[in-house]
Amino acid sequence: MPIGDILPEIAVVLSAVAILLFASFAPQRLQWIGAPLALVGLAAAAALCVAQFGETRLTFSQSWALDAASQWGRLLILGATAFTTLLAPGWFAEDRRHGEYYAMLLFSALGAMAMAGAADLLQLVMGALLSSASGYVLAAYHRDWALSVEAGMKFFLIGALANTAMVVGVVLTFGMLGSTGFAGMGGALAGGQGSPVLLVGAVLVILGLAYKLGAAPMHAWMPDVAEGAPVPSTAFLTVVPKVGAAIAFARFVSLFPEGSVAIRPLVAALALITMTLGNLAALWQEDLRRMLGWSSVSQSGYALMAVAVVGLSPHAVPALILFLFGYAASNLTAFAAVAHLRGRTARADYDGLATTRPWVAGTIILALLSLVGIPPSIGFVGKLELFLATVDGGYSWLAAAAVINTVASLFYYLRFIAPMMFAPPTRPVATLGLPTGVAVAIGSGAILILAMLAEGLLTPLMRSGFLPLG
Amino acid sequence: MLTLAILLPLIASLALALGPGFGERVARVIALVASALSLLALVVVWLGFDTGAGAPAFQAVAEFAWIPALGVAWRVGVDGMALAVALMSALLFVGSIAWPADYKGKARQYYAWFLFLQGVSLGLFLALDLLLFYVFFDLSLVGMYFLIGRWGHGDAEYAALKFFIYTLAGSLAMLLAILALVLANDTLTFDMRALIAAQPLRGTDLKASLVLFGLLLGFAIKTPLVPFHTWLPLAHVEAPGPASAILAGVLLKMGTYGIVRIPFSMMRETFAAYALPLAILALVSILWGAIVALGQTSLKRRIAYTSVNHMGYTVLGIAAAGAALGAESARTLALTGAVTEMVAHGLITGSLFLMAGSFWQRAQTYEMSAFGGLARTAPKLTAAFFLAAFASLGLPALAGFVAEFQIFAGTFAVYPWLAAVALIGIVVTAALFLSMAQKLFMGRAAVPTRDFPDFSRTEAAVVAGLLVLVVLIGIYPSWLLTLIETGSAFLPGAGGVR
Repeated sequence: MPIGDILPEIAVVLSAVAILLFASFAPQRLQWIGAPLALVGLAAAAALCVAQFGETRLTFSQSWALDAASQWGRLLILGATAFTTLLAPGWFAEDRRHGEYYAMLLFSALGAMAMAGAADLLQLVMGALLSSASGYVLAAYHRDWALSVEAGMKFFLIGALANTAMVVGVVLTFGMLGSTGFAGMGGALAGGQGSPVLLVGAVLVILGLAYKLGAAPMHAWMPDVAEGAPVPSTAFLTVVPKVGAAIAFARFVSLFPEGSVAIRPLVAALALITMTLGNLAALWQEDLRRMLGWSSVSQSGYALMAVAVVGLSPHAVPALILFLFGYAASNLTAFAAVAHLRGRTARADYDGLATTRPWVAGTIILALLSLVGIPPSIGFVGKLELFLATVDGGYSWLAAAAVINTVASLFYYLRFIAPMMFAPPTRPVATLGLPTGVAVAIGSGAILILAMLAEGLLTPLMRSGFLPLG
Repeated sequence: MLTLAILLPLIASLALALGPGFGERVARVIALVASALSLLALVVVWLGFDTGAGAPAFQAVAEFAWIPALGVAWRVGVDGMALAVALMSALLFVGSIAWPADYKGKARQYYAWFLFLQGVSLGLFLALDLLLFYVFFDLSLVGMYFLIGRWGHGDAEYAALKFFIYTLAGSLAMLLAILALVLANDTLTFDMRALIAAQPLRGTDLKASLVLFGLLLGFAIKTPLVPFHTWLPLAHVEAPGPASAILAGVLLKMGTYGIVRIPFSMMRETFAAYALPLAILALVSILWGAIVALGQTSLKRRIAYTSVNHMGYTVLGIAAAGAALGAESARTLALTGAVTEMVAHGLITGSLFLMAGSFWQRAQTYEMSAFGGLARTAPKLTAAFFLAAFASLGLPALAGFVAEFQIFAGTFAVYPWLAAVALIGIVVTAALFLSMAQKLFMGRAAVPTRDFPDFSRTEAAVVAGLLVLVVLIGIYPSWLLTLIETGSAFLPGAGGVR
């Protein structure tokens, strides 16, 4: 067994287990030590992941893909998880058993990594289930707060439906193609004709992925989780599973040669519905977290644009990864600022923030404008490459629809930016202390610096497609 | 040197934004110095600018890699048109920053945003990379949004929102078109020089037409052409005076400059095919802007609508120059006129809006009926306003005349009927400026003398600086025309001729 190929994952598992054991025996005042432990584990995993750069092959009986997309995707997952870890100690300081929280984060991250690297449908199901099961716990971590429990419940119910659909889809796909491995499926698809049963199977798998991605029609959990879950969990759940799912989704779509099964037009339609729905729902929200939840749905729609042109444009893979980097940096930063401000969330509570907390206000504005795609943020570079790939892949109408949606999205982001800048301040604003402050600073730095370093990401990704076919 | 002209204001803006210790005075001095140094850098480039026959299309070029994988780089350089517009913009920025304004207690942030806007505006005119151009185009929206929203009056927040959303829609349409244009080229590059040479899209098939429409939509919103102009009066009325001057003098030019720089130069064949509809749209803007301006009772709204009218002349000149009709000399004349109009309109309307700001500072209203007989109480203001108004309506020996004369002379050779109808616009403009000046300065005094002091020394100096140039261009235009006619848009073969 080529154990060396999954060393990053092993590092994550080991540190999760270590944290779990530690948290079981440590007193409450030492529970926060779980955070540095998690950071160490994540750093080790990231180093091991970087060590794999340049490798392009399938491993573990062709069920695990080591290619640029999976490496950068898993690195992003690790980074996003580490960022979330910074938010948690302050947020959960009052929670008696929050040491376990870090173990849960790591397990959920592991599930997302498994999805990002999956080159086999069963591997994909395993990753999705691990990510979901730990995600329910993260969403409902405030056990005695109704909104949090409701968020976890909704997350769970929709997840149960979606994951079941996915398993049924895997069975149908396996039945039609004779293999669950992507290499075998790709071969069968290239040779054979599409059939209605195969299409149903693929659609069911897509439903499962859409759930993890927060895309229509399985998006309904997103706003509730954004509003009700603890803010560190929200930051995590709106980003990390999405990264894993988006890469798995794109890899799955890459197996289908253009023309045999009309899967790309289907994904394009899904992208259009998702972004439009998310934007329309976000328009008049009065709650920042809920607005960010709906905006996160619409951002999934943009990500699906890259999925729709996989195999049609050489820019599809870099566009997807670059966009995910931009989305992750912006969304995490926005939620970090919310956590730093002790979770304040009503629109009116942000009046005059630019006067009382200029740095935090500046960060939120930067993050929101990066979500719109205003230069010179990483969000802009991601969206630029995304539009480029979509036009190049022949889906200009989808790019035009995304443009209209982007303009609409500016409206609801400005609805929150304007009171921060233009309204008079109401009362003093409390913060959560140093660690979240550091997270806010790192996040805003990342939004700007990643944009300058985009070249370093693009070059390796331009050269590689998705294994097993690219 | 060009990079310096862009970065100096941006760095100073950052310093002002991050340095909490600066008082009002220090902030003002820093802003003025940075702004003036940036202008100085441009003047240095101008002094070294070669206007001879064998001059290269773009001069003072500098290039640094940014995203080589996409063919994107920091590329700056100027031809005569870019340099002329950039010089005018920098000068107007110095004037607007010097202009006394109501900071609402936030002088540091006010100047920081102005410098930011100066950096990105100059960046746009100096960029030789399509993506860089787009970046600066977008950033100018952000800067203007915060300036209007924070330091505007009345329903400033709504005006700023409408401005931002409207123009972002245009800029994103432009982005898609830019991407399609770049992808149509054989090699992936955003280098303007390469794209001008390659002419990646030709003819009037669906793709080329859509790309052209996307570009023109983006620029028509920014310019603005009727019917995409509805954001403009609102933004102008609510913005503070100096921001209005920048909006009219610099930001509107981005639209017309963009038309010449991108569709006109990079898709000559397609542009020529659609030149007539564009010219008709320009004609509608000329007439609509003039007639609606006549109906305004607010001083600032009236000036705002004359901008629609004047930018209409500019676009008319560009469309005539781009049409593959008539003599080439006539088309060159039309394009020179259009670029001259950009410079002239920046100086004239810039000073008019600055003066409108003075009215607000003194009386907190723009309603013309609130004023009267000001010639007695504020003679310097009156003289400057009359001069600017005459220049704006196209009186000979002033800059507006030089520009409009060339536009009309050129357009008559290409679209005689359109040019003839457009002349009505000039008549209406003359009427509306004269009636405005009459209401404000003649007749019975409506405001007590002590409430309406004449120009302060700063105000007088700024307006004098701008209007001296207006007169100079009017009397002796050849230095400007020679500068403008150097460069890529005027090279043999430009403007639909092959």
